[in-house]
Amino acid sequence: MFVYALRRILYTIPIAIGVSLVCFALIHLAPGDPLSSVIPEGASAEMIAQIRTAYGFDRPLPVQYLKWLGHVVTGDFGTSIMTRRPVLAEVLPAVLNTLTLASAAVLFGFALGCLFGVISGYVAGTPTDRSVAAFSITGVSIPHYWLGMVLIVIFAVNLNVLPATGMGEGGSGSFGFNWDSLQYLILPALTLSVIPAGIIARAVRGTVAEVRKQDFMQTLYAKGLPGRRVFVHVVKNALPAVLAVMGLQLAQLLGGSILVETVFAWPGTGFLLNNAIFTRDLPMLQGTILVLAMFFVLINLLVDILQTAVDPRIKRA
Amino acid sequence: MSAVSKQAPLVEVEDLTVRFTGRDLDIRVVNGVSFTLDRGSSMCVLGESGSGKSVTLRALMRLFPPTATLDGRIRVDGVDVLALGENQLRQIRGGLISMIFQEPMTALDPVFTIGQQIAETLVYHEGISFRAAHARALSLLELVQVPSAKRRLEAYPHELSGGLRQRAMIALALACKPKLLLADEPTTALDATVQIQILLLLRELQHELGMATIFVTHDLGVACEVADKIAVMYAGKFVEAGSAEQIIGAPRHPYTQGLMNSTIHADMRGVKLDPIPGAPPDLTDLPPGCPFAPRCSVAREPCLGLQPELVALEGGQKARCLQYGAAPSFAHAPLLQAS
Repeated sequence: MFVYALRRILYTIPIAIGVSLVCFALIHLAPGDPLSSVIPEGASAEMIAQIRTAYGFDRPLPVQYLKWLGHVVTGDFGTSIMTRRPVLAEVLPAVLNTLTLASAAVLFGFALGCLFGVISGYVAGTPTDRSVAAFSITGVSIPHYWLGMVLIVIFAVNLNVLPATGMGEGGSGSFGFNWDSLQYLILPALTLSVIPAGIIARAVRGTVAEVRKQDFMQTLYAKGLPGRRVFVHVVKNALPAVLAVMGLQLAQLLGGSILVETVFAWPGTGFLLNNAIFTRDLPMLQGTILVLAMFFVLINLLVDILQTAVDPRIKRA
Repeated sequence: MSAVSKQAPLVEVEDLTVRFTGRDLDIRVVNGVSFTLDRGSSMCVLGESGSGKSVTLRALMRLFPPTATLDGRIRVDGVDVLALGENQLRQIRGGLISMIFQEPMTALDPVFTIGQQIAETLVYHEGISFRAAHARALSLLELVQVPSAKRRLEAYPHELSGGLRQRAMIALALACKPKLLLADEPTTALDATVQIQILLLLRELQHELGMATIFVTHDLGVACEVADKIAVMYAGKFVEAGSAEQIIGAPRHPYTQGLMNSTIHADMRGVKLDPIPGAPPDLTDLPPGCPFAPRCSVAREPCLGLQPELVALEGGQKARCLQYGAAPSFAHAPLLQAS
């Protein structure tokens, strides 16, 4: 197990390098000149060349990549073209904010998804099962930015019980575990949790129903085990498949939702990414995407290791 | 010894019917089965797939989805199985009665070790600690002659061979010293050499532990190897029952005779096999008369309209066929098919 975990961790190094390469290449493949927003109108060709040199854009791409990578490894993601502050100083708080939002959404969405999934997996084929299916399809299909706006209208405008946008008076700096801060979290977290809840519910339902059809279920009942102990068997068998789906959903949520964070003015990575794209802030874009991609890699690693811990059939050697 | 034999039988089944009902199905899978089984003795239920033999076996511990309806009477060791509530039922499952299944690979939970699976049964039935149960599991594996049992206790089912898995399954079934062991085709999924080992082990354990066993199989060889009594099942009913010697030596029902004729012996090289023609009937659409009549080589006209009863013959053997004890006109009716 330990050796497997170690090897799996080592495997992430080439994956990470690949990710950084794609990350770098994507931005240079995108049409348009990243410097167009920095260069003042009517600038002379000489001046443009000077700015190019200052940002290092005059060198060949491989050199630019290696230089960028070298800086990234030491934690230097460059300086934002727009704010002229280090990218990392902008990305980290945003990541933290998105993490807060994603954790709340995950807690709520996964709990709801598991609950409904297990219930309908146990009663597969019944009207209850079909209504849960309807619920999860609705959850997956509702555009969440629209749901966000509807929730704002209901809870902030009409009922006036929850704040509409932002993170509170002190912004992300003073966000803490108290009602003053947490009330800002409720609506965006609820909005974000709906799609994962639907997806998890469907995945859990399918896996649980599948496990319950296996021959060994009969053995468990023939042994005279009580329902709660049989449930432990169902959970442990269903877990690897469900973990994989959860990992993907979690990674997606950590990427931040551009739309939901914009609707709720939540200063997370989605919000940051949105700004970076519109202002063609290249270092910022690269830095944010890289950090998010690394989250994906990390969560995949975590899911892989967890799956192996749960399911002995996954080769450990 | 005579005191034991005068005791009431361990298992008494009377007029058992099992129906599966759903939105658009209503099948009688078992249709009036009665038998008794003495303590410590063994019975084998023979039949083709779909004859209702596995369902009869499962009925003894009511191991069914909620779509099944059971009628009749089942008493095991004085317990009225059909009257039990969920909790009491759980206590006799794995306690008084336990079961081993056909396919040990899929019948064991793949993500729990053999030791955990045996131990949890003990924990729930005897209320002992998991640690103590684990120690008992080790002695159980040794009882069923699993080599290097200690290592196998920590193994997952996929890490064992088919034979070892079935031994582990047997150890699991024996965990709480059941008085009745049910075995649903316990050797069908195994290699021929392993089959014999498992059968010998089961017979040995049965004598050693004094439990009664009911086997379900379609394999005549298994039946004569293990059984004191044999019952032959067809379309949800017993068509013949008797001691193993009677059934194998002198089968009386045409279906049993057909089964014997379609069995391969070593001295049959070059002899043309004589299989039973046709296929078992559709249980949702049974013929009005004898369900075997369409495939029977000695069927006469009354067979198509009259349901035969189980008739007692000499020596306690019973057969469900109109040629025994029926109206004298039966023998004069013409055969339906010349063979």
